Amino acid sequence: MKDLILDVKDLAVEYTRGDLKVRAVAGVDLQLGAGEILGLVGESGCGKSTLGKAAVGILDRAEGDVTFDGKSVAKIGRGKRDPHFLSLQMIFQDPYGSLNPRRKIGEQIADGPVIQGMNRSDAIEKAKSLLERVGLPANAVDRFPHQFSGGQRQRIAIARALAINPRVIVADEPISALDTSSQAAVANLLVNLVEEFQMGMIFISHDLSIVRRISDRVAVMYLGKIVETGRTEEIWNSPSHPYTKALMSAIPHADGKAFMPLDLPGDVPNPAYPPSGCRFHPRCPMAMASCATEVPKQIALADGRKVSCVLQSEGAAVKTLNFAK
Amino acid sequence: MENQSENKVESKVESKKRQKNLNSIWRQPLAVAGVVIIAFWILAAIFAPWIAPYDPLGQEHEKFATPGSLHWMGTDELNRDIFSRVIYGARISLPYSILLVVLSALLGSIVGGISGYFGGRVDAVIMRLTDMFFAFPAIVLAMAVAAALGPEIRNAVIAITIVSWPVYARLVRGLILNAKQNDYVTASSLLGSSSIRTLVVDLRPNLAGPVFVLASLEVGNALLLLSGLSFLGLGAQPPAAEWGSMVSMGAVNFDRWWVGLFPGLAILSAVLAFNFIGDALRDALDPRTAKALRD
Amino acid sequence: MTLLSVRDLTVTLMTGSGPADAVRKLSFDVNKGEILGIAGESGSGKTMTALSILGLLPYKGKASGSIRFDGEELVDFKPKDFRRIRGRDVAMIFQDPMTSLHPMLTIETQLTEHLRHHRKISKSAARAKVLELLDTVKIPDPAAALRAHPSQFSGGMRQRIAIAMALACDPKLLIADEPTTALDVTVQAGILTLLDDLRKKNNLSVMVITHDLGVLSALTDRLLIMYAGSEVESGPTAQLLTSPRHPYTKGLIDALPDSQSDGKRLLAIEGMPPELGKFPSGCAFHTRCAFAKAECSAGAPTKVGISTDRRIFCSVDPFLASQGGSR
Repeated sequence: MKDLILDVKDLAVEYTRGDLKVRAVAGVDLQLGAGEILGLVGESGCGKSTLGKAAVGILDRAEGDVTFDGKSVAKIGRGKRDPHFLSLQMIFQDPYGSLNPRRKIGEQIADGPVIQGMNRSDAIEKAKSLLERVGLPANAVDRFPHQFSGGQRQRIAIARALAINPRVIVADEPISALDTSSQAAVANLLVNLVEEFQMGMIFISHDLSIVRRISDRVAVMYLGKIVETGRTEEIWNSPSHPYTKALMSAIPHADGKAFMPLDLPGDVPNPAYPPSGCRFHPRCPMAMASCATEVPKQIALADGRKVSCVLQSEGAAVKTLNFAK
Repeated sequence: MENQSENKVESKVESKKRQKNLNSIWRQPLAVAGVVIIAFWILAAIFAPWIAPYDPLGQEHEKFATPGSLHWMGTDELNRDIFSRVIYGARISLPYSILLVVLSALLGSIVGGISGYFGGRVDAVIMRLTDMFFAFPAIVLAMAVAAALGPEIRNAVIAITIVSWPVYARLVRGLILNAKQNDYVTASSLLGSSSIRTLVVDLRPNLAGPVFVLASLEVGNALLLLSGLSFLGLGAQPPAAEWGSMVSMGAVNFDRWWVGLFPGLAILSAVLAFNFIGDALRDALDPRTAKALRD
Repeated sequence: MTLLSVRDLTVTLMTGSGPADAVRKLSFDVNKGEILGIAGESGSGKTMTALSILGLLPYKGKASGSIRFDGEELVDFKPKDFRRIRGRDVAMIFQDPMTSLHPMLTIETQLTEHLRHHRKISKSAARAKVLELLDTVKIPDPAAALRAHPSQFSGGMRQRIAIAMALACDPKLLIADEPTTALDVTVQAGILTLLDDLRKKNNLSVMVITHDLGVLSALTDRLLIMYAGSEVESGPTAQLLTSPRHPYTKGLIDALPDSQSDGKRLLAIEGMPPELGKFPSGCAFHTRCAFAKAECSAGAPTKVGISTDRRIFCSVDPFLASQGGSR
């Protein structure tokens, strides 16, 4: 990985629901380098959105550290954000909530530079060129968000982030709320920008097919923990964690072969009461007795990926998993 | 390949549709009636010296003349022409009501804004204060304040402002609490915006519409309160021609039905008119009813 | 054996700018024990097709043409006639399991209520039947589930309960509108397996409506591809997905992230699907089609019958030669 810019160590994020304390993120390590797209995948309730928000500074950390370019990320609060972190930005899932409906989009894109001291007309000029960069006409600066489609609004949100030269963008389900044609357009735009500006991007999504396409590396999350991280194709071709394998096997293929995807029985447990030992053990097709008591340590395999499962051995090649029927 | 054809931004046809949305206010016959009535009163207030047949303060006429060709609305207990007084009354009731609403809206919005944005203890304290004010019947509190300050129209305005701001505070606080949850507010913070900037630049534009609608609905109330205080002798002082105090004279002399009826009708027409306009504005600005209006 | 026979179905909806056809002269069949998939992007009219079979069109919507279900003509049905067959002969499950179950009533109440409406059976008989149903859809601990409320279940479980509710009166046809779109992929796999099992065990006919070609590939026997209210291609699923003949079908398949060649960029069909009331003339797809010719915008596309079971609607038929076919 080139130039590590975002380093997450032992991150835990909690929230309280009534009397319950829930650890949405329960001890996570992650690294992001410049010019790479890291896909963060997992199903509902795994904590991937929470992880993204904590990494950017929107949520408080209960434990652990997030380092951006050498400095520990501070939570946004009443005052102005520490300028050091301005190049750590986020794209949100809902294209309808991420833009202010009552302000012209040119002004919103210009916000970042204006706050940094640029004069307004220069900032609007910059906004115009950014609009063209994301594939929209420059004269759109004077229009309002409701005049644009979901896909176009996401591009405006991207332009707004670009305006202050971000080095890391955390994209939280950026295309999930869009229709199919827009999804491709916005995904391609993000890929192009990462290449052009050598940004680091964490692409959070539940859409495994798109993640496989655009990510260099992938991190798989389950119930607040990352079970496996590594290069995308390697993980897809030979998953080293049973959950990863279950996830891959559950994806239907549109090849006309009537292949019935694999059903993973049971439900995701309530994050307030996670299972003991390995969190996945109650649903794991390959669970052993020890899995209920021991929390598996994260180990590095020969090909560089990291996995938390006793079935694999430190420093060794990947052992292929077989779900016995 | 970034999909170029997705660039078709809203066409001219769609922009026209949005115009239709605002114009749909005119489709509401009540709103049109309201505007006509208020326009009439505004013109009456401006051109009073030319419209009124006699001097509103002039006491040279007959006492308690019944309405007829000489005096369209009759005369009152001090021999003054009621029609002229009703016309001139618009000069007090309208401007002061609008002033009242502007002051309360401003005060209430600022208080509500602070409460909603900063939350926590500040919010709790301010909301308890607001609740206290809500608990008092408006007229009673207004009476108390006006009586304490001295019976004068200016003090009546102050009293009513003190009583009216809470409703704006509640509204604005709610709007801000709602708006705060939107991602665009988070995005602003991520871009380095300070709290004040977010409040002013991002949140304020979302407040204007609903506050304006509330204000237009409240003008009628303000007018009523003002007339009420004057009726009780705590507002406009004699010999000023003001609708509320005129009605109070009418209450005393209720066998001379014309003395109280016409100023009362004036109040009624103005309050109704403001209510019609406010209702239509609210329907037009609320996206769901606006759609129904357009179709 | 044909269970549902739709011929020249046209669904007209009332929009702000006047009446518009959401479905235009659509024809298809569903046979007993088969699973038909209807695929298309938003605005293709697939949901309206389903709603017209159940008499659930929006206010002022009208269906014309012919919908023959089990010997009856549904186009002529009055509301009370639909009430007779809804839930009993034809049932439907929807995309969002949050809103298809009543949040305030217990599972027992919701599932027994319409069962007892359609069949005059006692409360205890209904309860027994419902327990059996919950077991069929693999709800763990059905007895406890009866006393619970929808909010206590996950999305996948709720969808299973919705399926149980739909099956309560042993309907002949189950219509599933985007049944797994809102669910996680492992949960989706469970629902697909369940629907497949039900078809095998109960000879249930299913109409699955979705834009997800993967789901359609896994579950359906035959496929109908819709665009702008009309059919563009239909036939056995395996054939359609391995050798699509219509440019739109091919475009959809090529746009799948998995089917693309190297590189990170995703391919998509240029342009956006048209809005209701603004369908292009002639073949509605011609504005986005790489093979469009002059005649495509002039008149309706020619129907090409490829085999007894397979056909496309295309005047150009650009892939004819490459697939060794002939007219």
